[in-house]
Amino acid sequence: MIKFQNVSKIYSQKTAALDNVSFEVAEKEFVSIVGKSGSGKTTLFKLILAEEKPSNGRIFFDSQEIQKIKSKELPFLRRKIGTVFQDYKLIHSKTAYENIAYAMEVIGASDKEVKKDVAEVLEIVGLTSKANNFPVELSGGEKQRVAIARALIHRPEVILADEPTGNLDPYNTLEIIRLLLKINKFGTTVFLATHNKTVINSLDKRVITLQDGKIVRDEENGRFIL
Amino acid sequence: MITLIKRILKSGWKNFSREKSLIVANIFILVLAISTLTSLYILKDASQFLISSIEEKVDISVYFKLEAPEEEILKVKDDVAKIPEVKEVKYISQEEALTSFINKHKDDVVLMQSLDEVGANPFSASLNIRAFEASQYQAIADFFSNSNVTDLVEKVDYYKRKPVIEKIFTFVSSMNILGISFSLLLIIIAVAIAFNTIRLAIYSSREEIKIQRLVGASNWFIRGPFLVQGAICGFFAFLISLAIFSLLSWGFGPKTEFLFPGFNLSTFFFTNFWTIAFLQLASGVGLGIISSLFAVRKHLKI
Repeated sequence: MIKFQNVSKIYSQKTAALDNVSFEVAEKEFVSIVGKSGSGKTTLFKLILAEEKPSNGRIFFDSQEIQKIKSKELPFLRRKIGTVFQDYKLIHSKTAYENIAYAMEVIGASDKEVKKDVAEVLEIVGLTSKANNFPVELSGGEKQRVAIARALIHRPEVILADEPTGNLDPYNTLEIIRLLLKINKFGTTVFLATHNKTVINSLDKRVITLQDGKIVRDEENGRFIL
Repeated sequence: MITLIKRILKSGWKNFSREKSLIVANIFILVLAISTLTSLYILKDASQFLISSIEEKVDISVYFKLEAPEEEILKVKDDVAKIPEVKEVKYISQEEALTSFINKHKDDVVLMQSLDEVGANPFSASLNIRAFEASQYQAIADFFSNSNVTDLVEKVDYYKRKPVIEKIFTFVSSMNILGISFSLLLIIIAVAIAFNTIRLAIYSSREEIKIQRLVGASNWFIRGPFLVQGAICGFFAFLISLAIFSLLSWGFGPKTEFLFPGFNLSTFFFTNFWTIAFLQLASGVGLGIISSLFAVRKHLKI
């Protein structure tokens, strides 16, 4: 489903965020990506979203080469991907409800569907009472949950989760991971980037370890080893 | 498609109602831009009126010899009327000239006595000719110097008035060039200010635009609400401008006659109400939409 072929991303002569990275993620797979800060996890997600272009190599999504997708066709790729950003990337002028609904509105879902699904997802992430709050009125954990709700509401083919539990307490962390596992069980590919050792070790799924932009380990049923 | 349009309109309205401080700034600037355009439109007519009234005062007189028969003069009058540059020809007979002189100087005893001493009517019959434009008097004067009527003509006073007519002609041309240049400059400034204010307002939303792109929104889905917001700002600015100009015209209309004799702002404004309203609506909404369109475009490249 996602294929990296000798991908490098060089920001300056001295810094290679990704260095000749190759791997493949199959459909319905749950893959965790671990690495220290600056190891290239976020860059990797940015490349999948075509937010940035690789300096070398090729990236495929469903056999479509991402760099070759025209700007006006990019929304169609991005609608297949649900992303939980490390910095949430919520729209500040919209309420929690509207932020989540936005992901459905862009794909052209009917008002009835939007209303029903947003209510359900808000219930799942435990934010029904905060539906009408603006991001500035939410805590870090609540913002993260809104971001997760937005990422999964339109039933994307892949979920890219960049540190989705970074601001959550252990209880909420567990809830979110359970939610991601559940989504994965229903057939959505999950690509999770995290620092959380406990989470990785409890998952017992494939783990890709990045170090200085290179893949140093790629193991089925891997562990958090840095 | 209908759902998409509905959502764009709804989102545009929500943005408009939520971002009050930015919206107020946008509307204020648009009101200034619309007011500049409206003022220029009104001033254009007022100055045209002023120029026309100056031009109205310019004419040339052709005096005929005392022995020139009236029917010959009337024939010349008909010929002159056929010249394309001629707007109006008025025949003043010897009797009319005398009556006019007497009416004008009846209180001047010396002049009246002198007239009595002369005995006969010393005044020539004349033609008062008015052209459409100041620049056309030369062509009319040429008619009298080049045609076979020269024998009947005593004098054409164009040559005496020529410097004054030419000065008026230069003044009118300069006024037009100056007016057009100044108007263009003001329009450019007004549009640039409005455009930049809206651009700055949208610049503050650049992060949101980026997020919308990353979530999978199409360019039109992102751009649409900003255009709607721009149009609503333009519409409100139009309403405010129209109200301001209606009040000003109503309140100060009669006073404008002191500045431009014969030109009443109130009469002009309410006669041309729909044209002015259309100009304001088109410029307000147009500026709002076009500025938003250009400002958003820059941030859609991700």
